[in-house]
Amino acid sequence: MFSKGTKRKFSDGDEEISDESLVGARVASSYSLQRQSLLDMSLIKLQLCHMLVEPNLCRSVLIANTVRQIQEEMTHDGSWHMVTEAFCGPGQSPSERLVATEVLCRSREQDAEPKLFSVISYEGCREEEVVADETLCSVSVSDTVSNVCLAGRVGQCWEKSELSGVERDEEALEDSRLGSGEDEEIDTEDGASTESPKTTGQVFGTFEIKNGSPGPDSALEELFSDVDTSYYDLDTMLTGMQSAPKMGPYDLLDSLAPSHSSPSIVSTPTCRSDLNELDHIMEIIVGS
Amino acid sequence: AYASPTAAAVVLVCDTVQWCFLSILNNCLIFLPFGYAADIISTVEFNCSGELLATGDKGGRVVIFQREQESKNRLLSRGEYNVYSTFQSHEPEFDYLKSLEIEEKINKIRWLPQQNAAHFLLSANDKTIKLWKISERDKRAEGYNLKDEDGRLRDQFRITTLRVPVLMPMDLMVEASPRRIFANAHTYHINSISVNSDYETYLSADDLRINLWHLEITDRSFNIVDIKPANMEELTEVITAAECHPHQCNVFVYSSSKGTIRLCDMRAAALCDRHSKFFEEPEDPSSRSFFSEIISSISDVKFSHSGRYMMTRDYLSVKVWDLNMENRPVETYQVHEYLRSKLCSLYENDCIFDKFECCWNGSDSAIMTGSYNNFFRMFDRNTRRDITLEASRENSKPRAMLKPRKVCTGGKRKKDEISVDSLDFNKKILHTAWHPKENVIAVAATNNLYIFQDKIN
Repeated sequence: MFSKGTKRKFSDGDEEISDESLVGARVASSYSLQRQSLLDMSLIKLQLCHMLVEPNLCRSVLIANTVRQIQEEMTHDGSWHMVTEAFCGPGQSPSERLVATEVLCRSREQDAEPKLFSVISYEGCREEEVVADETLCSVSVSDTVSNVCLAGRVGQCWEKSELSGVERDEEALEDSRLGSGEDEEIDTEDGASTESPKTTGQVFGTFEIKNGSPGPDSALEELFSDVDTSYYDLDTMLTGMQSAPKMGPYDLLDSLAPSHSSPSIVSTPTCRSDLNELDHIMEIIVGS
Repeated sequence: AYASPTAAAVVLVCDTVQWCFLSILNNCLIFLPFGYAADIISTVEFNCSGELLATGDKGGRVVIFQREQESKNRLLSRGEYNVYSTFQSHEPEFDYLKSLEIEEKINKIRWLPQQNAAHFLLSANDKTIKLWKISERDKRAEGYNLKDEDGRLRDQFRITTLRVPVLMPMDLMVEASPRRIFANAHTYHINSISVNSDYETYLSADDLRINLWHLEITDRSFNIVDIKPANMEELTEVITAAECHPHQCNVFVYSSSKGTIRLCDMRAAALCDRHSKFFEEPEDPSSRSFFSEIISSISDVKFSHSGRYMMTRDYLSVKVWDLNMENRPVETYQVHEYLRSKLCSLYENDCIFDKFECCWNGSDSAIMTGSYNNFFRMFDRNTRRDITLEASRENSKPRAMLKPRKVCTGGKRKKDEISVDSLDFNKKILHTAWHPKENVIAVAATNNLYIFQDKIN
């Protein structure tokens, strides 16, 4: 039980665990970290596929099915609650937790979700071996893993109705970059709307933001800040149009797939230069 | 027509046949005059006699090679393949409705059986199929007296004699002309085309639908399979390949991204959404992972020449199915099992989505498929032996024998072995073809085409 204003320490609940179960716990958490990183990677792939000329339907379906499998397993484990709320939004029934193909590729509101998790730090996770396969993820993604993992653990506390509260809090948290002064701010904001002690706001608020160094979180911020948000306009997504793309998303794609230079990436500079030409022509016509 | 092989006729592929490097045809040499970089070969197909070999590339071009006539003077009685015809089959298009470019890349080429002096093939990109006629012209009519030397028609009263033009020989000219264009029938990307054994119809398959066409009719096609759900959000499975049965013109199969194959009989219903047979191997629960579905996705399906079996290629293996047995394949061959522990990185770099093709030899005694690092694998169905070969310039000299390659999967690496971590995943052999009658194979390695044949003893 958490009372207002108390900073919850990670070490709570860890006392008196025998060596054996500690090893077991580590294996289990390593597995769930790998699973989480796979989930993140898959979601990024689905988002990125809409930035290319025309997504390969087979590939998209396979990735979406993988995400669905992971979600099903996480629901089974009970670690899916928090992520569910993020994707489905308030008002959707639990049966809709299993995310459909198109939901995953939807517009801005959902795409902003990764930022939601970036603010939470998880000291314990960061120290562990995140993934067995070292080529799996870049540092920033693995930290997303750690971030979400923590949120997942305390997910049971999260009530649906607090989602909007979370989003408000998240903006505030982002702006001030994880200073530990956030706690009070959130607590006061959420105080009035709590239904029970276990509320989102309190969950966020009671975290001690450990290791507040900008490091990996800011790297993640950087990655997403370069993204041209016009991509996530629904119209843009539906028509598959690309405005003059910035290097951000392509950097991300490159960093994820270093050894695989896809032909579709090669074609985008041509597309880009054509669009630049078009812009140029438009400028002349408009006379600006 | 296929005749079942007698014991004496069956060729033991791996032991007695020494694969020999015959020729290397590099797209660079052919297309460089235009200043373009070489293009990636996207499909390879022998015609029914094996005399012609067609390749399609990412730039929408088709290059056809023809086998040299065997010459009694040469020591080697088998001919080499030389360029016969080159033409631009598809151009890039722009779909204005979706604001998307339609790639000109040739996804598939299929030859029609030869019925006269000309050759016909179907070539398909993502959206459009074209029927091309390739014909030779080696004579020219000369002696017309109706025109002046500069080509202008002469006045009628100046023509005083009736002269019949004479056919004179000329340098051989090979012309390719588009005879039919089958367009606007596919919303999704075409992955397969297959000519029916009735030689009148053919099918084309995209991610969600299969259409049946008549070769003479371009303005309509019949939709025979449609797996598009009413709500696209419920989509979990796509069609990955389809093929007509080699002898029964009412039967075809299609494979899915979930590792299943459905055999359909067009006599049963106009819309073949309900299959006649359903082929699926039960999953091994001990090897289940999050990648299980992706690696079970079938990238190619091919009937044997006999029509009794079919072969499917998934990410790690090739399976041979008896059409009479639906619950499991009769043979399974591991192509590169050492990649199973690398699935996570292969997922990250997207290699796990690579679509490898597979092919039978003429007598159905052997099968071949590609792998990474420019390796390709051949399996002898009778002896159950397999061989790994490499298609690379460094290791290939004309008339030299190919050395078998081996991937070291663990422990101490022997000399000449290559370790899994040294494999180049950018060098993938997705497209291979086997001559319908002889032991000649064509292997496409990115933008290079290699042709190998067995050594004459």
